[in-house]
Amino acid sequence: MALLEIHDLHARVAVPGGREILKGVNLTVNKGEVHAIMGKNGSGKSTLAQVLMGRETYEVTGGTVLYNGQNLLDLSTEERATQGVFLAFQYPVEIPGVSTSYFLKAAVNAIRKAHGEPELDAMDFLAIVKQKMALLKMDQSFMNRAVNEGFSGGEKKRNEIFQMAVINPTLALMDETDSGLDIDALKIVSNGANSLRGPDRAIVCVTHYQRLLNYIQPDVVHVMLDGRIAKSGDKSLALELEARGYDWVEKEVAQLA
Amino acid sequence: MTQLLDDKNIHLANFTLFARHATPTLSWVEKLRRSAIARFDLVGFPDAKDEEWRFTNTAPIAQTPFVLAEHDDPAAAASLAADFTFANQAAAEIVFVNGRFSQQLSRVSPLPAGITVTSLATALQNTPALLEQHLARYARIETDPFVALNTGFIRDGAFVHLARNAVVRHPIHLLFLSIPSAEPAIAHPRVLVVAEDNSQATIVESYAGKKGAGPFSNTVFNNAVTEIVAADNVHLDHCKLEQESPDAFHIAHMHVTLGRDCSFVSHAASIGGKLVRNDLVVVLNGQHTDATVNGLVVLRDSQHVANHTILRHEKPHCSSHELYKHVLDNRSTCVFKGKIFVQKDAQKTDSKQTTKSLLLSDEATMNAMPALEIYADDVKCTHGSTTGPVDEDMIFYLRSRGVPREAARHLLTYAFAADITRRIKVEPVRRRLEDFMAAQHGLPQDLRITDLGSHDQAAL
Ligand SMILES: Nc1ncnc2c1ncn2[C@@H]1O[C@H](COP(=O)(O)OP(=O)(O)O)[C@@H](O)[C@H]1O
Ligand SMILES: [Mg+2]
Repeated sequence: MALLEIHDLHARVAVPGGREILKGVNLTVNKGEVHAIMGKNGSGKSTLAQVLMGRETYEVTGGTVLYNGQNLLDLSTEERATQGVFLAFQYPVEIPGVSTSYFLKAAVNAIRKAHGEPELDAMDFLAIVKQKMALLKMDQSFMNRAVNEGFSGGEKKRNEIFQMAVINPTLALMDETDSGLDIDALKIVSNGANSLRGPDRAIVCVTHYQRLLNYIQPDVVHVMLDGRIAKSGDKSLALELEARGYDWVEKEVAQLA
Repeated sequence: MTQLLDDKNIHLANFTLFARHATPTLSWVEKLRRSAIARFDLVGFPDAKDEEWRFTNTAPIAQTPFVLAEHDDPAAAASLAADFTFANQAAAEIVFVNGRFSQQLSRVSPLPAGITVTSLATALQNTPALLEQHLARYARIETDPFVALNTGFIRDGAFVHLARNAVVRHPIHLLFLSIPSAEPAIAHPRVLVVAEDNSQATIVESYAGKKGAGPFSNTVFNNAVTEIVAADNVHLDHCKLEQESPDAFHIAHMHVTLGRDCSFVSHAASIGGKLVRNDLVVVLNGQHTDATVNGLVVLRDSQHVANHTILRHEKPHCSSHELYKHVLDNRSTCVFKGKIFVQKDAQKTDSKQTTKSLLLSDEATMNAMPALEIYADDVKCTHGSTTGPVDEDMIFYLRSRGVPREAARHLLTYAFAADITRRIKVEPVRRRLEDFMAAQHGLPQDLRITDLGSHDQAAL
């Protein structure tokens, strides 16, 4: 069954005269699947991820997005989050003055509250956090540091997947989580993402390198080109893109047009 | 013009009364007061044409017919003192009610050897020579009319003496309580700290007040002057907390002179008052001295706070770091003017000034004015200033994790201020500020940020 159905999605930068970035995206992601979206820098991958999370910098000018059968675009960002959508940011934000521990507790409890569940007490929270820290091989001192402040690029990405593991989303959008990671960190992070795979969930991985897909095996690979999904295939497409680059897709699309 | 004369006359008349009733005192003090009042008479209150007072309108002060503050409500004083006391977390606590020393509420012993904390009046009796050497030598009456006015009424206040090698670990708390009275009243608190070689202490000045009611609705105007003089290798941590009633006037000058190899840390928080002005001058007057000067201002309604700081680098190889943060809501207004002055001699000065302001309302106004005046050629001096609403990227990040927009705004405002509070080593001050922020933003009070210290320099 489809978890996410994007139909002819158009979005532009929400300023007067702002340019159109998404120019008719079509994408269906079923429960239990992992999708990879590849494409050159600037093709609109992050914009798609941000629009799905409800970023107000972009204005949706056309198309529909169904999540679990309901209109995702009607929901605020926080509602999307409490209903199971998660975005691992390409550029995680630093929040000086807020400890990672408080930040995560606020997130977990906001989601519980939205579901009418009681807040987690300190002990239960700690138990979950410890387990996920072990999964991502993170030092406990992370929890007492301000969110992402002074973190290296790799630490920030790992922190995103750590949060994802704690929050346990239904639809995980990962935006270039692999960039800035060495091979060991890549394995750890992939391991964290794979632990979320399950029959009721789905992962959409944005990347422009094939190597992540060695560890998080995708069911479907898409190529994004100038604000559209230009081509889709199985995981062999990723290997082909790695070997041949993106220009041939561009030509293929031009010929079809 | 006649108006101005009248304004001044209120205080000149107060002085005549004061001089008649003040117990006979040392002739040099007498002379000091008279020359200070003469100075005030000469210059009067500053007006809007005065560059140093361009953004702070003192007319409400000049036009109020103040009488000299008296203290006649011991119950109110005791209850306010109970709210602000450090209890056994202080090495000594010396309490003033409407500017007058309260023996009853103070505790000045036991203290480690070499540490003296007394009222200024006692110090003038016990160690007149020491006081004559230092009192009013640093905060000069020529600098500012309010300093002159304070000096004219020198009588009460706090004296802290740190003898050579004396060290006290717990904070010395100077607590100034403002109890509302039937008439508008003015107090002139005076603090003198003399730190000899190799001494070490933490000194906290708290200015506390609550709004009065009924006929006792007039808040005391504190016109304070603090002088701190440190010899060599002195380590001082100073905090100033201003949490007076929302209708209070507060004008304060603090002058700090540091010798060689000193470290001086200052945290100044203004979270109360209606019209507040703090002038802070730090003179780095010996080599290898370091000054850290931080501030936090949190305002709402139509509160006004102005912080004017001057860091004077007189000698080589010194460093200074300054970080002032402001949170402005509603129609509040705030001024930060930070001057870094590097003397020709002061080569290898390393100085960094940062000011950040958070505007929670479109109607709030921030005036941030960094000013570098550098006469040496081999120095590293930087300054930066940002003013704006809560960062949208941070809000989106929190919302993407399920935290609603309003809650995210509150949390980020708290965090903005926590960047200063987490640096404050004096626990009762830090806790009070954190609780104040948490209460204002409907956040739990256990919101401690524990990464104290490690990012201090990075964040600067
Ligand atoms: N907020 C914005 N304002 C202006 N241009 C933007 C904005 N966001 C994205 N763009 C532009 O849209 C294009 C797609 O960006 P992005 O979605 O980040 O691409 P990708 O993630 O595929 O590298 C780029 O040309 C980028 O400069
Ligand atoms: Mg991108």
